[in-house]
Amino acid sequence: MNSTNIPSHSHGKDFVGRNLFDLDDWSAEDIQVVLEATKIMKEVNKRDYKKLPTLRGKTVCTLFFENSTRTLMSFELAADRLSADIVRFSANASSLHKGESLQDTVYTVDAMGIDLYIIRHSYPGSPQLVNKYTGKPVLNAGDGPHAHPTQALLDIFSIWERTGTLKGLKITIVGDIAHSRVVRSNLIGMKKMGAEVTICGPSTLMPGYMEEVYGCKVEHDLKTALKDADAVMGLRMQLERQSEGLFPSLEEYSKLFTLSSETMKYAKKDALILHPGPMNRGVEILPDIADSKQSVILEQVTNGVAVRMALLFLILGGKM
Amino acid sequence: MILIKNGFVYTIDKKTNRQNSLRSASFNKMDVLIDDNLIVKVANTIDENCETIDAHDKYVFPGFIDLHTHLRDPGQTNKEDIYSGTRAAAKGGWTTVCAMPNTDPVVDNISTVEYLKRKAKDIGACKVLVIGAMTKKSEGKEIAEIANMLESGIIAVSDDGNCIQNTKIMYNVMKYVSKFNIPIIDHCEDYFLSGKGQVNSGRMSTKLGLSGIPALAEEIVISRDIMLSESTGCRLHIAHISTKKSVELIRQAKAKGVKITTEVTPHHLLLNENECVNFDTNTKVKPPLRTQDDVDACLTGLLDGTIDFIATDHAPHSDFEKEKEFSIAPYGINSLETAFAALYSGLVLKDKISLSFLIGKLSTSPAHFLQLNCGAIEEGMAADITISDLQKDICFTPDTMMSKSNNTPYLNKSLKGRITKTICEGNTTWEDRD
Ligand SMILES: [Zn+2]
Repeated sequence: MNSTNIPSHSHGKDFVGRNLFDLDDWSAEDIQVVLEATKIMKEVNKRDYKKLPTLRGKTVCTLFFENSTRTLMSFELAADRLSADIVRFSANASSLHKGESLQDTVYTVDAMGIDLYIIRHSYPGSPQLVNKYTGKPVLNAGDGPHAHPTQALLDIFSIWERTGTLKGLKITIVGDIAHSRVVRSNLIGMKKMGAEVTICGPSTLMPGYMEEVYGCKVEHDLKTALKDADAVMGLRMQLERQSEGLFPSLEEYSKLFTLSSETMKYAKKDALILHPGPMNRGVEILPDIADSKQSVILEQVTNGVAVRMALLFLILGGKM
Repeated sequence: MILIKNGFVYTIDKKTNRQNSLRSASFNKMDVLIDDNLIVKVANTIDENCETIDAHDKYVFPGFIDLHTHLRDPGQTNKEDIYSGTRAAAKGGWTTVCAMPNTDPVVDNISTVEYLKRKAKDIGACKVLVIGAMTKKSEGKEIAEIANMLESGIIAVSDDGNCIQNTKIMYNVMKYVSKFNIPIIDHCEDYFLSGKGQVNSGRMSTKLGLSGIPALAEEIVISRDIMLSESTGCRLHIAHISTKKSVELIRQAKAKGVKITTEVTPHHLLLNENECVNFDTNTKVKPPLRTQDDVDACLTGLLDGTIDFIATDHAPHSDFEKEKEFSIAPYGINSLETAFAALYSGLVLKDKISLSFLIGKLSTSPAHFLQLNCGAIEEGMAADITISDLQKDICFTPDTMMSKSNNTPYLNKSLKGRITKTICEGNTTWEDRD
């Protein structure tokens, strides 16, 4: 592999040591570099021998204060493929339950010699705190309903890989917008890459000012929202929202918002289907569409590892 | 005796003395003579062989009066106590503060009222007036012994920080208090609507993924309280008003003759929700920083008299408490030391209000509200005086804060308008050594 394949900077802005809190402070050019790098990493992952020695001697710490087996596996596998050492701190087995603060936890872990942090936390803004406490680069693996930039990048990659560009594409995201970090990061990233995004869901699960803050379209009728869509993403609908009084039942929800071969008729023919997982089959998506040829849902998981490899490579200054 | 010479002295215009709260004032080069705890003479030139303060090029204000101060004493003295809180007040130009009762234990009986009064007298650097709780432990269940506390000298009752949600209990409290000539001060918040809210419900809550506190949570309780005041005749003072609609509700209620007054904090006059964008927990406060539209409406309300005066809602919290994830950090802004400089720099220097109007809202109007013998620099008034060098910068660093806590959005920032000396009842309580 040629060393010119992955630039270490875009437009003079070095990737080394950068934080990824959200996609706000990553430009379209930055994202383009990540997409190209991801493509290369995906090739690596198809090889028989999938390991690169590039981050040997670097130590990556995964701080998971919330259960998310899939995201954790994806990050750790990515770090492993690049030969970084991985230490894991997960809150379930930790002193966090004994009242230790995030600050104390991070100071303790940092004393062990960490080069980069990957954090998952239910409170928005936690990645910024970890960076403030340690001065080390931080990758946000999901902070409450705020941001999930690596998910957005893998979603963008999954579309880009099929279409070659996001410019002018019409993308529709359906579901519980209010509680979704995936939506917020995707709105920032997809808009930067030139797509038109429409979001759709019940009014009680739709935050105010979405159009103004993100420059997207808001719809409450699924058929209108899906009209002429090139790609459609369903979001996980959680049962607990029902007991919070935000909607009456999963049955009624799915009647209005489920993605199925029936409702997908309103989108463009062969429109891509995405879902960040895990899916509630029968609620937000029906199997006939989740397992169809249009679906890139499993491909998203594959791409997730490659995107995270690309980010670790760029931020930790890997060499090919 | 103390003589203050050659300063620009805050002078209330006697000719327009129709309505106390709307009197206009100006600054005139005058001398002020203090004897013991009173101002005894104000004149163009006074010659007296006594201790003399040269106030040349400086401004001489009546000491500021804060109706809304959390001194955290007793029980939360890691954040603040009477010693540090009154020194922070003196440094900020305040000569009287009213202590909110949500301490540990709550100030809901004579013994805690007496504790505060005694300790303030012994070690305080300003006058401390006591606000008693409306309900026992501020739990919103049983009425506190208000008449007893009144005998010990409380000036108002409030369950600040704990809004009574049960309308029947609120009705009873107001009916009970209506027979005493004191106001109830209500922190208006519908807890079902505000829920776990962290910031204003709007663009910022959407952007940051933090749960929001809607304006409605405040407005709906203000509407309720106005109706309860109409029905019971109780004097109602709305604490820390923050939204455009709240200002409008109070404007309408005043026009109808309801016995209602209100205050606004410096931060709700100066800062909007965008301050929260970097998850700075020093911007986390209740009510939350609102939109610029709300900020503008609060200023309009202050200018047209709908809002009666400025109160700080000084709410100190220790570094270790604020140095947390935004979602679990406590609400509150440390304000006594920064208030004047922030308001002077943010409003007077930007030509939004005049200096004399600002001083009226920091001193004359709250003095009038509390019927105190201060708030003006005139013969016979208490010798509560604040002297400021308006040209001089002041920077708020952890080293220089008199408060035990540093939780201000102005931390490490420089502002114009430094208080160089504060005199409370004839005693110097703050002297700038720079
Ligand atoms: Zn309050």
